[in-house]
Amino acid sequence: MTGPAALRRKSAELAGALPPLLADAERLAAMVLLGEHGRRHAGQGDEFWQYRVAMDGDEARNIDWRRSARSDVHFIRQREWQAAQSVMLWVDEAASMRFTSAKDLATKGERARVLAMAASILLVRGGEKVGLTSSANPPRSGQGQLVRMAQELSGLEAEADYGAPETHGMRPNTRAVFISDFLGDIAGVQKALTDAADRGVKGALVQILDPQEEAFPFDGRTIFESMGGTLRHETLKAGDLRDRYLQRLAERKAALADLAHRTGWQYACHHTNDAPRVALTWIYHALERRH
Amino acid sequence: MFTLGPIGFTAPWLLLGLIALPILWILLRAVPPAPIKRRFPGVALLLGLTDDETQTDKTPWWLMLLRMLAMALVIIGFAGPVLNPKTEVTGKGPLLIVADGTWADARDWSARRDRMAGLLEEASRAGRVVSVALLTDLPAGEVQFLSADVWQTRLGGLTPKPWAPDAEAIAEWVDGLGDGGFETFWMSDGLARAGREELLAALEDKGAVTVMQSPRPVLGLKPVQIKDGALQITAVRSAAVDAATVTITAVGLDPAGIERELARVEATFEAGADTAEVALSLPPELRNRISRFTIQGVHSAGAVTLADDGLRRREVALIAPHDTQEGLQLLSPLHYLKQALEPTADLIKGGLEDVLPANPDVIILADVAKLTEDQKAGLVEWVNKGGLLVRFAGMRMAASDLSRREEDVLMPVRLRAGGRTVGGAMSWGEPKALQPFPENSPFYGLQIPDDVTVTSQVLAQPDPNLAGRVIAALADGTPLVTRKEMGLGQVVLFHVTANAEWSSLPLSGLFVQMLERLAISTRQIAPSAEDLEGTIWAPVRVLDAFGQLADAGAMAGVKGEDLAAGAVTATMPPGLYESDEQRVAVNAVGGETVLETAIWPARIAVEGLNVARETLLKGTFLAAALGLLMLDILASLWLSGRLTGPRSGVAAMLALGLLAFGDHAQAQQVDDEFAINATAEVVLAHVLTGDTQVDDIAQAGLLGLSDVLFQRTSIEPADPIGVNIETDELSFFPLLYWPITANQKMPSKEAYTKLNRYLRTGGMILFDTRDGDIAGYGSQTPEGRKLQQLALGLDIPPLEPLPLDHVLTRSFYLLQEFPGRFVGRDVWVEAAPPDAEKVEGMPFRNLNDGVTPVVIGGNDWAAAWAVDNVGNYMFRVGRGYTGERQREIAFRFGVNLVMHVLTGNYKSDQVHVPALLERLGQ
Repeated sequence: MTGPAALRRKSAELAGALPPLLADAERLAAMVLLGEHGRRHAGQGDEFWQYRVAMDGDEARNIDWRRSARSDVHFIRQREWQAAQSVMLWVDEAASMRFTSAKDLATKGERARVLAMAASILLVRGGEKVGLTSSANPPRSGQGQLVRMAQELSGLEAEADYGAPETHGMRPNTRAVFISDFLGDIAGVQKALTDAADRGVKGALVQILDPQEEAFPFDGRTIFESMGGTLRHETLKAGDLRDRYLQRLAERKAALADLAHRTGWQYACHHTNDAPRVALTWIYHALERRH
Repeated sequence: MFTLGPIGFTAPWLLLGLIALPILWILLRAVPPAPIKRRFPGVALLLGLTDDETQTDKTPWWLMLLRMLAMALVIIGFAGPVLNPKTEVTGKGPLLIVADGTWADARDWSARRDRMAGLLEEASRAGRVVSVALLTDLPAGEVQFLSADVWQTRLGGLTPKPWAPDAEAIAEWVDGLGDGGFETFWMSDGLARAGREELLAALEDKGAVTVMQSPRPVLGLKPVQIKDGALQITAVRSAAVDAATVTITAVGLDPAGIERELARVEATFEAGADTAEVALSLPPELRNRISRFTIQGVHSAGAVTLADDGLRRREVALIAPHDTQEGLQLLSPLHYLKQALEPTADLIKGGLEDVLPANPDVIILADVAKLTEDQKAGLVEWVNKGGLLVRFAGMRMAASDLSRREEDVLMPVRLRAGGRTVGGAMSWGEPKALQPFPENSPFYGLQIPDDVTVTSQVLAQPDPNLAGRVIAALADGTPLVTRKEMGLGQVVLFHVTANAEWSSLPLSGLFVQMLERLAISTRQIAPSAEDLEGTIWAPVRVLDAFGQLADAGAMAGVKGEDLAAGAVTATMPPGLYESDEQRVAVNAVGGETVLETAIWPARIAVEGLNVARETLLKGTFLAAALGLLMLDILASLWLSGRLTGPRSGVAAMLALGLLAFGDHAQAQQVDDEFAINATAEVVLAHVLTGDTQVDDIAQAGLLGLSDVLFQRTSIEPADPIGVNIETDELSFFPLLYWPITANQKMPSKEAYTKLNRYLRTGGMILFDTRDGDIAGYGSQTPEGRKLQQLALGLDIPPLEPLPLDHVLTRSFYLLQEFPGRFVGRDVWVEAAPPDAEKVEGMPFRNLNDGVTPVVIGGNDWAAAWAVDNVGNYMFRVGRGYTGERQREIAFRFGVNLVMHVLTGNYKSDQVHVPALLERLGQ
């Protein structure tokens, strides 16, 4: 796979997948109109924040003489703290994410990538740095980073049936978003969240489920196979399993919510037949919340 | 054959397969339904869940039962079940199947034929040779015994005949039966008939005879008669069994000329009675239109009786001269006519003017010499339309100069002045008797009583055509009755008076017969042999055994004597016979016919028609099995969750199927679309001829003309449309261009109606024979001939070559000639009214209002106008510049034509402009 031809083919492939993902994400992001917002802290930045009376210890060069001239005390002009925050995203690339129950429904993976990209776009617009936990690249800001992320997301495709959150790219005291169906072993999630909590990382878990996974509309003798084919379960009367399956699903959701709560994360479940905008807004507000 | 009650099996060993069913049951129960494989990420949550019930892996018992039933049906089906299996036929040697084959067989002929087919099948199985014979249609020569298979192929050709078997033919046939013995199967029609015993004896000589006879009585309808002004309908049956009711319908032409049921009446056979009578009273108008009576639901010639003149009452108008003096009734010129006609005809009295609008069948003028011009014209018109005018001579006619010098149009001959008297007190000679009627006379064959003498008569001038017009003459050769054809009708003159003044003819029975022969009166009873002697009757419509009327075609006529005898034979099938204006019906069941059930000797085995037929049930069983298997598919789908679960759409569709609805709505839409296209803008149209090339040129030509119109005038036509005159509505188009091809189809009657309505309501058709290059004066092209044929059905006014002052010459451009691709013959348009005059100082005449409905020419205009889709001319016209000039003139003609169609005679009104200006000036 060397030479100009291979390079060209690869770039064409990349370019082919990239614009739709970016375009979808842009469109989605455009639906969410968020006003300019700062950190609401005094700090380093360009925007004026407030005047405060100069106290001992303030450097003389910080005194705003123009303001101070109008009164008897000295005032210091403070700027709003605008230090950018880093948000790390992890999108599950396992085989189970490639499932969709109907032709006109997006696969879980597609939905996850679109959500992740749209959230990144919004965050970049808000002046934050974004990055992927699975990537070696550090979180950055700007359009270039978005394109790079889109490339990395489009290329994602793993053999494993179920994925576990990647944490090795996560930096301390950042924010993180994990998007997955979380149907695999919960131990991986547990480990990742504990890990994150150790590093002071907080964020949001977004569970993406297909409506069929929520409804279990099966009946009769059925062999269920995982997407990768590694797991099999045969039943003679699928209809009888429904209640127990739904109970297990509810337990899984509760476990995730509980885990998130204990580690100071947010948890939400999103279905592929719902409008992605709701999930996007939720992600954005979850990241904005102060803890 | 193994039988089980009424069902037998052709392959009973297969039934052993039923034993295998319980094994199958066990097998099927052991195998659970096949699983569906589904990709499902949620499987991780399912791991470890077990099914509660173990029962579910087995097929439910009812589904098993369904499948078992289906399997059992398949096994039984292939075992070949037969309902009512035939037992073996005993008997060997040749078999003769005899059927009467009369009209009485016709009502259940298919059953009889099936029975014959069954017999033939048995015979073929037994390897017997067979012969089949219809007694009404016996084959000539020796009886042929052939293999049953041969007869099976001929069976379809056997049809019953509407007449009874002929005894002589049967005797001849019996002689040809040969020496060998055979078994006989006689399918009797159920009617007693002379000669049966003899035939039976002859057949019994040869071997055993079995008779098959239906126990149902045979129904017949006797000729209908008029009694006391009502139709007396008599139905008869062969066996006086239980009470029964039959419905009798009277069929005839309605005023629109369509045959339909005119009346219906029910006749009831009392229990134990073999006749049922019912009276039907109808208005004469309706009664005269009845052509036949039938028993409803019985398809045989016996159940149909044809109506003839006997049921018709003619309307006869009697007109006498205006008489100022009172006379004795017996001397009244009309007395004897009234007496003769009253019982058989509807008489109309009144003045001639009152009578003519009633359109009577016959008008009798007794000694009327003077008729006004109006009366004369009215009478001539009426006679031409088929009326029969009968005139009697008398004193007034003898004294008048009617038809003296020239033959009067309403007189058959010229008359000599005065008339003559023979055998009177003042004259020599004896009163004259009548000559026997000549052969060409309608009276031919009537017996002339001795006491009929003539004492006075008016004499005919000897003219060249006199001899041909005499239909009755006196012994000395002078005409007594003369007749002449006129249009569809005729004029008859009796050279004597209608009363007993001049002759004793009105006193004799001959007078009534003569009136009857002239179809003035109608007889009430069946004609006797004497009445019909010497006449030849040609069949018009004949009945087949099934009671269906058909045209007689070229059948030979029958003698009046045979007709009177009424015996229906092969040469005289039942039907309607016509001779010289009179019609007589011959019916399968005559007035005297008695229907009786045939009684067979006790030694003869008689079986009914309804032998239970063998019915193969294999198909039924297999179809039922298939149906059950279909049910099984549905049930299995439902059980396995494929009918309700995800991706069940395909299964449901397969199970239910989709009904395709008719595209009626679509057709309606197409119609509307056509109408909208044609009417949204002005559209030129051409008639589709069926010749693709011609149609394409016409389309392209009109396209070219439309373009020119668009560029040069205020008419902005849309794209031209090809019109199918059979199906499309024409009234949307102002102008139809109709190229004539030699082999195009003639329009149907409906299409002609549509075209005529189109022409009458202001449409114009431009006929183009496209032969301007070869057609000249006096030579006819195939297209020209075709145009003549086409135009025959069209309502086209008188035509003339387009005059130089026609409005077409100036409706837009000023034109002198009208070339197309050819500069050919004249162009023809509707002729100007004869009174069109040239006004002083005007260049053209003050012509007719309105638009000429047709323009006929042969200059192939469409080819000159034709452009292809990029606007290039498709055909070369002429040569060089002159050719292009010719094309230009052709376009100008087209523009003028369309202008003429759309603006009418607007340009013609220009003649009034000076007058208008003058008036304005004042």
